Amino acid sequence: MSVLELANISKHFGAIQAVNDVSLSIEAGQVVGLMGDNGAGKSTLVKMIAGNFRPSHGTMQMDGKELILHKPVEARQHGIEIVHQDLALCNNLTAAANVYLGRELRRGVGPFRILDYAAMYKRAGQIFAVLKSETRPRDLVKQMSGGQRQAVAIARTMLSQAKIVLMDEPTAAISVRQVAEVLNLIRHLRDQGIAVVLISHRMPDVFDVADRVIVMRRGRKVADKTIASSSPEEVTGLITGAIEQV
Amino acid sequence: MAVTLDQTIAQKQHTLLTRVFASQTFWVVIAVILACLFLSVATDSFATTKNLYNITRNITFVAIVALGMTFVIITGGIDLSVGSVLCLCSMVLAVTMHAGYGIEIGIAAAIATALIIGAFNGILIAYLGFPPFVVTLGMLSIARSLAMVASNNTVVFQFGPDHDKLLALGGGAFVFGIANPVLYMIVLALITGFVLRWTKFGRHIFAIGGNEHAATLTGVPVRQIKVAVYMISALAAGLAGIVQTGWLGAVTTNLGNGMELQVIAATVIGGANLAGGMGTAFGAVVGAALIEVIRNSLGLLGINAFWQGVFIGGAILMAVLFDRLRNFRRNE
Repeated sequence: MSVLELANISKHFGAIQAVNDVSLSIEAGQVVGLMGDNGAGKSTLVKMIAGNFRPSHGTMQMDGKELILHKPVEARQHGIEIVHQDLALCNNLTAAANVYLGRELRRGVGPFRILDYAAMYKRAGQIFAVLKSETRPRDLVKQMSGGQRQAVAIARTMLSQAKIVLMDEPTAAISVRQVAEVLNLIRHLRDQGIAVVLISHRMPDVFDVADRVIVMRRGRKVADKTIASSSPEEVTGLITGAIEQV
Repeated sequence: MAVTLDQTIAQKQHTLLTRVFASQTFWVVIAVILACLFLSVATDSFATTKNLYNITRNITFVAIVALGMTFVIITGGIDLSVGSVLCLCSMVLAVTMHAGYGIEIGIAAAIATALIIGAFNGILIAYLGFPPFVVTLGMLSIARSLAMVASNNTVVFQFGPDHDKLLALGGGAFVFGIANPVLYMIVLALITGFVLRWTKFGRHIFAIGGNEHAATLTGVPVRQIKVAVYMISALAAGLAGIVQTGWLGAVTTNLGNGMELQVIAATVIGGANLAGGMGTAFGAVVGAALIEVIRNSLGLLGINAFWQGVFIGGAILMAVLFDRLRNFRRNE
């Protein structure tokens, strides 16, 4: 059964049609590569699933129930987690503070509740250990390498029982070794039955880790097929428009 | 012995000591202590009970407003209206009490005025996207003008039936001979420090200053928090206005004129970063203290008062210079 199902989703900003009549479904435990050139509508589509934008037309369903999101917190409550392209990290805060940003752990009674630093450091440290990342919970994010920053952003998605994780260009700005780590992490999420949507420009990454590839061009979905039945050449053609639609 | 991943993750990068030495606030505290020691030796009049009483009391008004300003500056904003808001709240208190109402009603009216102004600033900034500089610059003008309207630009020095209560509130010393304003400052500084370090609200303020976009994406209620910080800033100015009214025993429409610059200077000297994301309650108080000690010492050392601006300006630049030097070293 599909975890997330989009039906005829469109989004326009004034006269600009960013996403046009897109339907797709995402299964549990599946990695879907979402590809397309800049301005193809990938990020807009993701932002609608993430609750940042509301679709102009169309409906979203999660586990068979209609999904209406007004803000990002609601998406999270439904088990939708996002790793943003710019990672959405605060440089002036520690790794643990960033992991828990927006859902800080607190202890105390009733309205008298204070931040539970110890528990947040501990849990964040455990998650970094699971990710096999040398990230220390107490370090400031501003002093971190690209891979460590990525680990912080990804650690966020592991705080709660996510059903679907959306990753926007997770491998765009990190070293080769770190790319392999991120891809391993994606497999790790998939093995836990989490659906992963991987938005990427990098053909090798998608063909390495994804089960299915969806290609967008100019706001429309032009392809949706299994990795096994496609090829990098075909996907490149679809992205650039050399191949119209499959 | 091999270092395991767990050990690496558990390791602390900074000990308490390295953090203390790395903080701008620490060096400002040293500067204040050195200045006090020097003045105690160099002059007979500095280390007297009366002078210390005066200094501590003078620090408080700037410090209380600076505590509120710290919230705003941490979010990356600025509040230029605090001096005028202080004046307006003082005037509302004075006029209300002069008209025969009790001190409770006067204080309630002054606080309500502060909160309304703060909410107005905050809503324009957070929901309508006005730049904080422009909104609060406008409010600087509006609030002072309203204070003139409220009092018909006269001096108010009779506060009705609760006249003596008000003077005791601001000018008295309820505990151990410490001036009341100093007590209020200490209590407010402790509250501010607690909120910034131990509450979710405080954490979110730092997050907004560090990366507002990230805060929005992770579900921090950025707009509500921004409105709240401008309300806190105005409230701090209002409270300082109430205390100052009681201390001075008279209110003119000139009260708090130019104070916003002193307050911003105090927070910056104390380690707050105008770009957002940094600032402490202790820093705001220490910054206010340094400014006051400089001001006081110039008088005691017999230096022409016209030089005051040069020394205070120099202190601001010195404080930020330390921070820059540290960053240069880190970047190299």
